[in-house]
Amino acid sequence: MNRVVITGIGWVTPLGHDIESVWGRLLAGESGIGPTTRFDASTFPTQFSSQVKGYDYKKFVSNPALHEGVGLNSAFALGAASQAWRSAGLDRFDKLDHERLGIYLGSGEGSLDFDNYVAANLGGWDAETRCLDAAKWAKVANVRMSAMREIEQEPNMSLTHLAMEFDAWGPAYNCLTACAASTQAIGEATQILSRGDADAMIAGGAHTMIHPLGVTGFTRLTALSTRNDTPTAASRPFDQTRDGFVLGEGAGMLILETLDHAQARNAPVLAEIVGYGSSADAYRITDIQPEGRGAIASMRQALESADVEPQDVDYISAHGTGTKENDSIETRAVKAVFGDYAKKVPMSSVKSMMGHLIAAAGAMELITCVLALRDQTIPPTINLQSPDPHCDMDYVANQSRKTKVDVALSNSFGFGGQNDTLIIKKM
Amino acid sequence: MPRRVIISGLGPIGGLGIGIEPTWQSATAGRSAVGRLKCFDPSEFPCHIGAEVEDFSVRDFVPKSYRKATKVMARDIELAVVAADLAARDAKLATPGTANGDGDARTYPSPRIGAHIGAGLIAAELNELTAALFESTDEHGQFDYHKWGQEGIGNLTPLWLLKYLPNMLACHVTIIHDAQGPSNTITCGEASAMLSIGESLRVIQRGNADLCFCGGAESKLNPMTFLRQVMTGRLNTTSNDSPATAVRPFCKTAAGTVVGEGGGIVILESLDTFKARAAKADQTPTAYAEVIGFGASQSVNRDARNLEPDPQGRGIALAIRSTLREAGIGPDQIDLIVPFGTATPHYDQAEAAGLRQVFGGRLASVPIASIKSMTGTCGAGTGGLDVCVAAKAVATQTIPAVINCDQPLDGLNAAAAPSRQATINHALVYSTGLGGQNAAVILKKYEG
Repeated sequence: MNRVVITGIGWVTPLGHDIESVWGRLLAGESGIGPTTRFDASTFPTQFSSQVKGYDYKKFVSNPALHEGVGLNSAFALGAASQAWRSAGLDRFDKLDHERLGIYLGSGEGSLDFDNYVAANLGGWDAETRCLDAAKWAKVANVRMSAMREIEQEPNMSLTHLAMEFDAWGPAYNCLTACAASTQAIGEATQILSRGDADAMIAGGAHTMIHPLGVTGFTRLTALSTRNDTPTAASRPFDQTRDGFVLGEGAGMLILETLDHAQARNAPVLAEIVGYGSSADAYRITDIQPEGRGAIASMRQALESADVEPQDVDYISAHGTGTKENDSIETRAVKAVFGDYAKKVPMSSVKSMMGHLIAAAGAMELITCVLALRDQTIPPTINLQSPDPHCDMDYVANQSRKTKVDVALSNSFGFGGQNDTLIIKKM
Repeated sequence: MPRRVIISGLGPIGGLGIGIEPTWQSATAGRSAVGRLKCFDPSEFPCHIGAEVEDFSVRDFVPKSYRKATKVMARDIELAVVAADLAARDAKLATPGTANGDGDARTYPSPRIGAHIGAGLIAAELNELTAALFESTDEHGQFDYHKWGQEGIGNLTPLWLLKYLPNMLACHVTIIHDAQGPSNTITCGEASAMLSIGESLRVIQRGNADLCFCGGAESKLNPMTFLRQVMTGRLNTTSNDSPATAVRPFCKTAAGTVVGEGGGIVILESLDTFKARAAKADQTPTAYAEVIGFGASQSVNRDARNLEPDPQGRGIALAIRSTLREAGIGPDQIDLIVPFGTATPHYDQAEAAGLRQVFGGRLASVPIASIKSMTGTCGAGTGGLDVCVAAKAVATQTIPAVINCDQPLDGLNAAAAPSRQATINHALVYSTGLGGQNAAVILKKYEG
């Protein structure tokens, strides 16, 4: 089995579009959250989100014409992957075997063409029978909808754009396990490299659900914070007054390689991926299993595969969404796995600053772990003012912290009970 | 050494039938399920035909205690739940889903059961959504964002979003069968199910589970998803009056595919644990075939924005070659190919080119049996249905019927032929799809 290392990182986030400036803002405890401007959300129960601002994918890619009309989520993917590609030095390496270059993403679907979609639906609606007439619908849709805009919504389009950009012919996957997707993608990419089915993989995720129906869906699930007066204080993981998560968007991408391949080309090795765990709650479609059964299984699997003892973990990047249910159950699950050491291990949630990037969250968070290892510094959980008695661990409240970080564990848990854990180690 | 893995249960669902016996009967009889669409009026679309699944009620395929949850299942989820139930029963599994799996009677402990299920982009049910949207229109019938934000949102059921998340196929299946092991939802167009089967294979090989539900399901028979298929240019628009002969895979007159509904879930199981349970079981489960190789790859075709495979078939050939390598056999040992074969000319030609690269002159002697002529292309479920049919073909040493191809592409053994007995030691099954992901498996006749 091959050892697998991270040699490149890149992201497009609500706090910026390059590694260093965003990392600086995270350590300074800045928030990327503000009023929603993508559509008119002024009467929605939640009127704010964590949007990517001032971003142009054309500044990142080699041949913008190849991606003309690209969906927003895939545009994020292209920028993040291009950064990772360069940071791994692959733009200056001409001996890469492109048939052994794979991609494993946990990316979301593209945004609906909402206005035209609504127009077609209303055009096909028969108010008398309260039924949609597909023939009337098609007459409107045939005229108003565009093929490219529709096809860009397919959930494998980020993957497809990256394959074109980087001429990748190796194993290629996209998984969409809700909020756990990109953590799972990185875990599975690691397995592919470990088996030797590729030399290098682009792994990560990209997503945006900041569109009218995305916000509607989460609003109906009562999952979103409604602190419209104080958006930057709205994402409050582990705080007693937390009232839901804040919808974010963006992409995080990593270059993974077998250690042999990385060493042979003198690549910068940022960290080794040593552990991966994956489980299903198999409980309910709406609720997390109250004891954190699935999260426990996932963390235990990851620790076992890493051959790491709980007390060797220096930092936990929490899923920490800021919903009542997640944060208390996550705390319970970590305690079950880490025992007495649970109260000593620092665990923070950058979602307090970034919001929740949904499918892309895990990849973005693993990158923060890589940087924590590099700088021996842990990013804070901001907005943690009134601790919840059910959340009584060390969440690195409000201030980043200089400390030894040689091993970091990152958790992601998705709607529907999908749990994934990664462990990385300093080389 | 990786553990050996077999297929021990089949759960196909599609136009050919619900369950392996009716599906296999139709496939060997060469009965096309393609007809004029009944689920919506297709008259304003250029293609009016497809392969629908016959009427069923998902409530008949879940335990009583789970019937309430069927209200939040989109059609795609229903198809996957039914297919998983069929597969579990076919494998003689005792799970909470098969109603006889309480306590010690369960075949496997929950953490040893995984689920990898391919899914598509699930379309919202338009009657439900539009009824809610309609309440938020202004006096000119225009949609009003302010009204929607204020009150319209509340017209949707609270769990509305959960009907349409792609991972809800796997989510419901894992809850029903209490599968707490590794689980994933792969969304790579028509390659989704085959990639999912490959991921289950890897999970069992490396020992992270003993048994997995895997495959995929999709229904693109919703005006929105159907229009997207029209927009890809792959649908047949010239045979609305002759549906049964519309889909002609690898035929020189191929003129496009049609949308099918369905897919298939197969049970993959570690050979060792299968043997142990078979020795104890009252009803002996079937070992249909051993899965001895899997490979995945990407096709890059910048000229077509990756919406068609590269014309040389390099990507497809890469996946097949890496599958042969793991299987440890040469192309001369393949006795049957169950291809993607959708009758979309660009795809058929790229596949043919890829197969020629791998098989060389021997290609003309290997039977190619595409079932798309009868089932249409079942989106993310495609590979699941194909593997079900291929596994049954290997187990019964029978090639399914091939229909509608009277002028096969040069060098391809893909002409119409009735079902026939044959020696099938190894069958190759592969998928490709929109976006260019490719995956292949090799099934070997089970010999213990």
